Amino acid sequence: MNVAVPAVGPANLRGSGTDWRGLAFHAILLLSLLFSLLILFTLIGDLVSRGLPTLLERGPTFLTSPTSSQAAKAGVSQGIFGTLLMAVFVAIFAFPIGIMTAIYLEEYAPDNRLTRFINVNIRNLAGVPSVVYGLLGLSIFVIGLAPLTGGRTMVAGGITLAVLVLPIVIITSAEAIRAVPRALREAGYGVGASRWEVTRLLVLPAAAPGILTGTVLSLSRALGETAPLILAGAVLGGFSSGSKSILEQIFGRYTVLPVTVFDWARKPQADFRELTAAAIVVLLAVTLLANAVAIILRSRTERTW
Amino acid sequence: MSPEAQDGDPMPATMTAPPATEGEGHAVNLKIATVDRPVAEATSEPAVDLRGVSVYYGAFRAVKDITFDVRANAITALIGPSGSGKSTLLRAINRMNDLIPGTRMDGEILYHGQNLYAQDVDPVEVRRRIGMVFQKANPFPKSIYDNVAFGPRVNGVKGNLDGLVEQSLRRAALWDEVKDKLKQSGTALSGGQQQRLCIARAIAVEPEIILMDEPASALDPRSTLQIEELMAELRKRYTIIIVTHNMQQAARASDFTVFMNMGEDRAGYIVERNRTIEIFTNPKNQLTEDYVSGRFG
Amino acid sequence: MQPTAPAPSAFSPAGLRGSPARRRREQIVKIVFLAAALVSILISVLIVWSLVGGAVAFLRDVVFAQLTENGWYPRRDEFGLLTLIVGSLLVTAIALVVAVPVGLLTAIYLAEYANQRARKIIRPVLEILAGIPSVVLGFFALTWISPVIVQRLNPSSSDFNLAAAGIGVGILTIPLIASISEDSMRAVPRSLREASYGLGARRITTSLRIVVPAAMSGIVAAIILGVSRAIGETMVVAVASGGSGGAQFTADPFQPGQTITAAMASLATGTDQVVGSDAAFQSLFFLGLMLFLLTFALNQFGDYFVRRTRLQY
Repeated sequence: MNVAVPAVGPANLRGSGTDWRGLAFHAILLLSLLFSLLILFTLIGDLVSRGLPTLLERGPTFLTSPTSSQAAKAGVSQGIFGTLLMAVFVAIFAFPIGIMTAIYLEEYAPDNRLTRFINVNIRNLAGVPSVVYGLLGLSIFVIGLAPLTGGRTMVAGGITLAVLVLPIVIITSAEAIRAVPRALREAGYGVGASRWEVTRLLVLPAAAPGILTGTVLSLSRALGETAPLILAGAVLGGFSSGSKSILEQIFGRYTVLPVTVFDWARKPQADFRELTAAAIVVLLAVTLLANAVAIILRSRTERTW
Repeated sequence: MSPEAQDGDPMPATMTAPPATEGEGHAVNLKIATVDRPVAEATSEPAVDLRGVSVYYGAFRAVKDITFDVRANAITALIGPSGSGKSTLLRAINRMNDLIPGTRMDGEILYHGQNLYAQDVDPVEVRRRIGMVFQKANPFPKSIYDNVAFGPRVNGVKGNLDGLVEQSLRRAALWDEVKDKLKQSGTALSGGQQQRLCIARAIAVEPEIILMDEPASALDPRSTLQIEELMAELRKRYTIIIVTHNMQQAARASDFTVFMNMGEDRAGYIVERNRTIEIFTNPKNQLTEDYVSGRFG
Repeated sequence: MQPTAPAPSAFSPAGLRGSPARRRREQIVKIVFLAAALVSILISVLIVWSLVGGAVAFLRDVVFAQLTENGWYPRRDEFGLLTLIVGSLLVTAIALVVAVPVGLLTAIYLAEYANQRARKIIRPVLEILAGIPSVVLGFFALTWISPVIVQRLNPSSSDFNLAAAGIGVGILTIPLIASISEDSMRAVPRSLREASYGLGARRITTSLRIVVPAAMSGIVAAIILGVSRAIGETMVVAVASGGSGGAQFTADPFQPGQTITAAMASLATGTDQVVGSDAAFQSLFFLGLMLFLLTFALNQFGDYFVRRTRLQY
């Protein structure tokens, strides 16, 4: 049975009118984009409008006062201090190990089962929920290594966060190293440079922007985390850290900004609602700043090979 | 088979007449100029001596049973169709294949009597003595000066490298063009200049042998000729082994030629090896004759 | 005297061996880097070890009947697992209802319709969305999503409810689904699209009938990984759905509830006392193990689909 393809007349290249289906679909797509945009703006708008009055009213004392059960006096100084120190801990524990792992996997590792296993393992670690890392922190760093870390201290919490972001550092650094073209390495080997010399003098400088971006991204992720630190011993509720030295505070009780937010969010009083919003503004400022730095870094230093 | 000169054809530099009295082989009709240049008599030992070399990528044998020696201070060309394993073989000589996981070599490559693949030989040291220039110029993203100085520095030369850099750039016929802009990035040069920079970089560590993997294939004809003239100069000091798929280039520029072909098992093997002039005017093997007269490849 | 490169001092064996100091340095570097790489394996071992240890202790301490209680009240020794599982499922389902359509449609737009300018705006928006700390989203869910959306939908819903938490988690998951789906759509070769356009098809047809099916492995991967992410999300639920301290079994999203993850957070916040070996504390590890195994399985599944997309093209 023959089926004929309907003949097309000579001149009507314009087609049979507007493509309603296509337009409708395009509209739906735009709506979905709008959704994300709207949510983002609503979120930031609502929280900022809630929190800004308090911030403006309290001024710098909000940033310099410790937490308290009285909303009028409570501030985020301990949270800020803890968050800043967390950044330091993450940098110390996660960055070197993460970058070295990436170098090993990309430049040194032979193509054998161990290497494949390490790679698979890292990908798995990247997908573990953050609260499970909190459990790891609790049982190993807080309880198990209590003599070393002092229990529920900043040290234990910092190492926990570092372990959390380690896979991210490894994966982003490895990507940056992999992007360096082979020709550059070959040129180095060709003049008799050793593997470490090629890596140190040619590959790493070329991969540095990408590695940097990755570390900043991992930092901004770490600073927004709450659950792991709750499990690993950050304090909810009040504690005093007034007159202690930095060292004592590192090995003592602590909190971080997101945990402060969580603590205040749980309180039923209305004035704490506003306070929470104010703390969120500070937290968002920190994490969004770090995020923005990473995005700018990446676009500035994106090399085309 | 005598060449029919046509009006308007540019006459090549030297046209060799087919040998009249030799009994074996026969004259080949080529519009290719070969230069009958005098080659120094063999010194006591070859620069590199390959014996029964086979290179494997995993289970696949890329080149099979290669045996020949390379005369010092001469230019040896490896020619052959794609897939004949020329580049693989070249890279085996300075152990660049080591960088690709899964490669393996049988046989020996002797350098001054040492097997380059002996247990305790450090490939880094091999590459110091046997340098390489790649198909696509790959200068470091550094200044011209630092490009040339890189090799000596990593090999432990300290102090002021100005003289060494100048000498290398002169020997690579690049000094005059860049002497006022040594701080400029190496990647800002033109293609031909970049390649000469890569040659200068390779020379700076004072190797004995320079391997060239189709060094001019990405360049325009003028730059290509410059490189070939450079090679003629360089061979006074260094031994050069060049892979090229450009037959005319091999005929023009080299002293010895090794013709490789891909076998039925897809492994490369040597068909014939001789002085260039013989390969192109008096090949012993039918395959060679077919290749150099353009019937395949 | 200008230095020249030292003559290769060896046409002798020693020279080709190279300097022992250099070789030693290379060995040390390699070992140090290998040790760093092994740290990641150590971490995995420690995770599994700590989870299994506590989980086993928990299971030894409780009777099966306790696990089927009608509610999760750890302080009263009632460990009704079904409560938590249903809670997690509800939150995840609601999250997917939000995240999958928005994420997929956004991906289609980015891959098939958007021009450079649009991409420059949308990509950062998604990245910022992905970077918002979950505790912030939890607060937003409690103070805005719940009153403005959920309670408008169902005026009888309580202030703390699973629906608001679910929507919040969905918002957090949009960027993940969008980016993985977009990547897999981009991986579809141009030639396929050109073949479709060449036959006179329009963009909607090409996108929906050619590109999306071709990218299906990747889209499935995106959804699976989105599920994994949603199940593992803690703080949004901890803030917005009530249920700290204990929760009654409920399948009603408009009531407060508890998920596996929020139960864990709640257990930890209550116990700032001695880390004892009482059942409530051990239940933390049991839940953690359950969560770990669940997300591990999902991630493996998702990765399998990601690999399939890579192999196809």
